[in-house]
Amino acid sequence: MKDMSFEKALEKLENIVGELEKGDIPLDATLKKYEEGVALARMCQKKLDSARQKIELLVKGEDGEFVKKDFEGDHDED
Amino acid sequence: MAGGSNAHIYTVTELTRDVRLVLEDAFTGIWVEGEISNLRLPVSGHAYFTLKDENSMLKCVLFKSAGSRLKFALEDGMRVSCFGRVSVYDKQGQYQLYADIIELQGKGALYAAFEQLKERLRKEGLFDEARKKPVPFLPVRLGVITSGTGAAVRDILKVARRRFTNIEITISPVKVQGDDAKHEIAQAIELMNEYNRYLANTGSKEHPIEVIIAGRGGGSMEDLWAFNEEIVARAIFASEIPVISAVGHEIDYTISDFTADHRAATPSAAAELVIPEKDELRGRIDGYTDRLGAAVSSRLDLLGTRLKNLSDSYVMRAPVNAVLQLEQQVDDLARRARVGITHHVELQKSGFAMLAGKLKALGPLSVLNRGYSITFQDGRVVRDTEGLRPGDRLLTRFARDEVSSRVEEVRGKNERHVI
Repeated sequence: MKDMSFEKALEKLENIVGELEKGDIPLDATLKKYEEGVALARMCQKKLDSARQKIELLVKGEDGEFVKKDFEGDHDED
Repeated sequence: MAGGSNAHIYTVTELTRDVRLVLEDAFTGIWVEGEISNLRLPVSGHAYFTLKDENSMLKCVLFKSAGSRLKFALEDGMRVSCFGRVSVYDKQGQYQLYADIIELQGKGALYAAFEQLKERLRKEGLFDEARKKPVPFLPVRLGVITSGTGAAVRDILKVARRRFTNIEITISPVKVQGDDAKHEIAQAIELMNEYNRYLANTGSKEHPIEVIIAGRGGGSMEDLWAFNEEIVARAIFASEIPVISAVGHEIDYTISDFTADHRAATPSAAAELVIPEKDELRGRIDGYTDRLGAAVSSRLDLLGTRLKNLSDSYVMRAPVNAVLQLEQQVDDLARRARVGITHHVELQKSGFAMLAGKLKALGPLSVLNRGYSITFQDGRVVRDTEGLRPGDRLLTRFARDEVSSRVEEVRGKNERHVI
């Protein structure tokens, strides 16, 4: 679940909410789903809060290999 | 012979060559305009056609080398301006125009090229909606193909920073105008796809590029031309990674816009498409959390109600009922038992009363009550006349009182009846 993308997690959360709102699953499954949903929501919020912006350049090297470099051109004055 | 013996007699070849020289001298680097007809495009790659107007026709040739620079394909009926030189095709003694540049009149060459390519690619299915891939919402890793120094890349990064910081952005810088632009853009799209395959094949923990924004800021139609090139369209079409075309908004659409999985009017708009607003997301998550809680508590409420309904139902109450019934039965039995006992007691009681009555009736007082009396002599009951003598004192007892008397005469058994 940790490696899940934000989009996947949000989608899964959405599905769980839908399932629970339909209310046609057994109670113990409901509680499990609820716990899962809460964990997903928490994970989503955490992902929102973490600031891990990574900007890099990807180019092809002389021998056709992948070359990655830091991006220097971002001089934003905002 | 007319004309004199001094007159030079040309061979056909000589005359043809001289005419060619005259024509080439006089008509080099000229523009001529007309309508294309009788167009022939043999496999050699050269193009042969006739330029005509209302009254005249001019044979024309466009050699392959010059033709490859054309942005559009020649068609019969096109009104064009041709730049070139007039010369003679010796073998047929035919003068003709050797065109180097052909420009479309009216709509313009670029426009014609655009329309032609669009039509061709559309027919081939490159714009089919069914082939378009969905654009991921909030990708972990975003690919950007644009100039490394242009406004587009700055705009995209600005949007990313403002909206959602937790995103990886991989930029492949390319030229976005000039002759090399189309190749660089196409290669960068291929590069990002290759890179994803490389990540997958090596089992890398790096996130793959989930979506590509390819574009540039606004410019003239010529500036944007790379995004109308077939090679770019084909690279976009072949890309396994969804591509958002984001070319500045001065013209309505580029070929890239039609081919891409999604089109945005500007690079900023493209970034906003895949990078949603953080606050909006937070609100959505909160909303889901609320709904989760509400769903579960309403579920519990519902279950509570059901449980209550069930426990109230006849079936669930049956054991209690049975007990109640048994209790009732017990009560009933007890009541009956009581009644029985009471009855019995009553019976007994009335039995006693009867016996008592009998006893009473049998008792001497009762006999007296019925009118009999008892006679005592000296405290002993007088049962017969034996032992009695005249002058004996007798006490006679009635029901309520008594009387004392004296015996006057004693009679035998037989005389007693007479009394």
